[in-house]
Amino acid sequence: MSTKAKTDDTPAPDTSKLLFTSADWDFETLKSTYDAIEEIALNELKLDVYPNQVEVITSEQMLDAYSSIGMPLMYHHWSFGKRFVRDDVMYRKGYQGLAYEIVINSNPCISYVMEENTIVMQALVIAHAAFGHNHFFKNNYLFKQWTDAEGILDYLQFAKSYIAKCEDRYGFDAVERVLDAAHALMEQGVNRYSHPEKPNLAVELERERERAKYEDETYNDLWRTLPQPDQGDQDMDELKRKMRIEERRAQFGLPEENLLYFLEKNAPSLHAWEREIIRIVRNIGQYFYPQKQTKMMNEGCACYVHYAIMNSLYDKGLISEGAMMEFIDYHSRVVFQADFDDPRYSGFNPYALGFAMMQDIHRICIDPTEEDRKWFPDIAGNNEPVETLKEAWAHYRDESFILQFLSPKLMRDMRMFMIDDQNTTPHLEVAAIHDDNGYRKVRRSLARMHDISVREPDMQVVDVDIRGNRQLYIQHTEHDGIRLEKSDAQMTLGYIGQLWGYGVTLQAVDYETGEILHEMSYTPEDLAGN
Amino acid sequence: MLYIVDRRKNPTGKSLGNRQRFMRRAKAQIKKAVENTIRSRGITDITSGDQVTIPGKTLKEPGFHHARRGGNRNYVLPGNKKFVQGDRIARPQGGDSGAGGSQASPDGDGEDDFQFTLTRDEFLDIFFEDLELPDLLKKSLKQTTAFRNARAGFSVEGTPANLSLVRTMRNSLARRIGLRRPKTAEVRELEEKISALQDKAEKRPSGKLTKADEDTLHGLLADLEEAKRRMKAIPFIDPIDTRYNQFQQIPDPNTQAVMFCLMDVSGSMSEQMKELAKRFFMLLHLFLHRRYEHVEVVFIRHTSRASEVDEETFFYSRETGGTIVSTALEEMKKVLKDRYPTDQWNIYAAQASDGDNYSNDGVKCTTLLAEDLLPKCQYYAYIEITDEREAEIFAAAEGETALWKAYAPLASHNPRFALKRVTKASDIFPVFRELFAKNRTEARV
Repeated sequence: MSTKAKTDDTPAPDTSKLLFTSADWDFETLKSTYDAIEEIALNELKLDVYPNQVEVITSEQMLDAYSSIGMPLMYHHWSFGKRFVRDDVMYRKGYQGLAYEIVINSNPCISYVMEENTIVMQALVIAHAAFGHNHFFKNNYLFKQWTDAEGILDYLQFAKSYIAKCEDRYGFDAVERVLDAAHALMEQGVNRYSHPEKPNLAVELERERERAKYEDETYNDLWRTLPQPDQGDQDMDELKRKMRIEERRAQFGLPEENLLYFLEKNAPSLHAWEREIIRIVRNIGQYFYPQKQTKMMNEGCACYVHYAIMNSLYDKGLISEGAMMEFIDYHSRVVFQADFDDPRYSGFNPYALGFAMMQDIHRICIDPTEEDRKWFPDIAGNNEPVETLKEAWAHYRDESFILQFLSPKLMRDMRMFMIDDQNTTPHLEVAAIHDDNGYRKVRRSLARMHDISVREPDMQVVDVDIRGNRQLYIQHTEHDGIRLEKSDAQMTLGYIGQLWGYGVTLQAVDYETGEILHEMSYTPEDLAGN
Repeated sequence: MLYIVDRRKNPTGKSLGNRQRFMRRAKAQIKKAVENTIRSRGITDITSGDQVTIPGKTLKEPGFHHARRGGNRNYVLPGNKKFVQGDRIARPQGGDSGAGGSQASPDGDGEDDFQFTLTRDEFLDIFFEDLELPDLLKKSLKQTTAFRNARAGFSVEGTPANLSLVRTMRNSLARRIGLRRPKTAEVRELEEKISALQDKAEKRPSGKLTKADEDTLHGLLADLEEAKRRMKAIPFIDPIDTRYNQFQQIPDPNTQAVMFCLMDVSGSMSEQMKELAKRFFMLLHLFLHRRYEHVEVVFIRHTSRASEVDEETFFYSRETGGTIVSTALEEMKKVLKDRYPTDQWNIYAAQASDGDNYSNDGVKCTTLLAEDLLPKCQYYAYIEITDEREAEIFAAAEGETALWKAYAPLASHNPRFALKRVTKASDIFPVFRELFAKNRTEARV
């Protein structure tokens, strides 16, 4: 749609090509704006995207989706209610704006836009989410490998109705008990190395039915009456015992770092539906695992794309100067990075760092300095910025991306410095700054900060006392003397105990020496007396 | 290929289920918070601020996380101003400001108290939980018996008394025009023409008309006959024309209640005692207000005489004199009779007194209550306010006041009547709860 310019005495800029002239939007302008953006995204940037579906929602719906970990379909749980209540208060009091968009890694790729947004904002959101994030979702190796964009919405639908059914049948409390415990272990519920099977609705349903059927068929009351073997393994000699341990570990596939998987498969007293719920939480955790590892790159990619598209729209005379100013205002707020001593500072802003790195790579490709040629001989001056970036978007995650592409210039620009915090010293030390001595150190440290295996504790199930009291042994490998948050760990241990049904011991083991540093245990209440 | 979907019309309140689960989870804490709010805040502004704070611990979502401090770690910060390699910085103490920030978790408020806003309804629901006015079943909102007639358009059948003339005639006229029923005037005109021609024939010597006139006459006669036939065939008013006014019985909810506040204002009632009474009245008012769209309050104070007064006078002006409770009851009976017919009003009464009464008045009070007032009231509550010191004495001596003695037998067999003792502000709420507790058999004294 084009709007005819008003004829005026003064020579007005040519407004006949403008996509929109007022701040309001309607479905027609939205469509034409989308078409213009798509044209640039597919033909100029040559992005590779899933088909798009843009959904217009109200602010309440946005809050709603927001609190249900960004998913449009989610089972009910009190923690989502808590988040909603908190965000709602923040939003109403104006402490916190709402996200302008939410985008779902699915096929078709669903982007939510709020009805309150101006048309400039809608254009920004479409460029950012429907093309930027969409391209990243479709092409990054982690997403390709770990998530199933085709099936996720079906799976969530299944999860939601399954959990609702369980609530009907077994009561809110029983379901909540399992969900609480599973949520506490969500971060320890992902497979990090092997390929996870992709959840598929039909297969899931079928497997669920089979599980129930098998249970019915094999039920035999006699098993209940069997005497429990009660002698421990203390009378066996050393060799035999070691062999038994090996056998046991093999039997349970230990050590196992996916705590939820272990509990789902091996917890002795769980019902089939409880295992299914654990599995649902595990699958959802797995689905989000790539997003956690690529947050910075993903946002950087989306910001780079929307910045390129909006500028291109402006260059073609499709949006007015006023619209461009509005866009720049939003954009600069999104990519703002506070200094470490600023009260607003709360860590690196993934949008800011991501966008800065993408722009920096763009610069290196087109207009490299001598330094860049030295540091990035492969890409410096290759004059193919978009292709280079697309290559990076496809094959890296935050940690490796920083390690590979963070340039000295950007470190100088952002004035990064590295702090060394040793337990033994009373003070912090500036270990490196943005100078020739420091670039590599700073870069390595920043990459480590984005490495999920460093950020999250290293937890493993190591042993089960299957012949004795069924005590479960979980090991936390301590790196650099960094302990677990104690009260949280104690509570989480309680949740594991609830699922496992017997005692649980958490041992902290030093990474280097292998020595057991400290221990905490949980004994279920009904066993505590014995 | 773009699909735009407008989801704005989707049912809202999708998160209601989550909110309900959240409320359920934190139920005990929310309830405690609400009760604290009520106690500390004074009853007048009970509904104004509904923010409650509950301890964050109950809503904690734990997980395995690294501790924020301790161990050997290094991290990168942006915005270096003056540091060079090897600089030493004092370790920031407490909080996660400055350099410690890199480890700050986005969900760092886990330990803090959790503050949120209850809707007014949720707030009051908790406040009134398992609290129910007795006998509400009988005259509750849902089962109200009053109906009123409301116009509900027109119908094709009905009683003649409800015949809508305008509508009926309008239909009739339309039908008559549509079917070309001859008008009476047209028929009369034809008849006049015919008689004119016949007159003309008589005047002529031959007694006959000319040929032309003869034909005209025949034509006119035929026309007349046809017109008459049509008039007969097409009735002036046909049953299909009739329309009747239709009325519908609309249940008129008994949405109004009147609350009588009776209080002894004689010298023996101290300001503090009146304050207690006031709290009780207000609580009752709040409760009624929630149940009924419209609540009126009648204040009757009494010494040895009783009068209906405004709120200000009721609570804050002093009178001297003896105490005759029956005067107040008489006054209430009078007001009831004059202004509040029982079929239109739900009647509640609350009486506050220190229990003094003129010694011969007890019987009269009981009779008045039992015969005139209680049958009309949904509920009658008597609270006796005693001094804390006195309460102890009473407790020791098993002493009962004159009024209590008179009322107690009445309460034992009349479920609409309850009596309670209150000594201090914190007693009000439990008393109120007990008075209106769902299961009143246990609550009654």
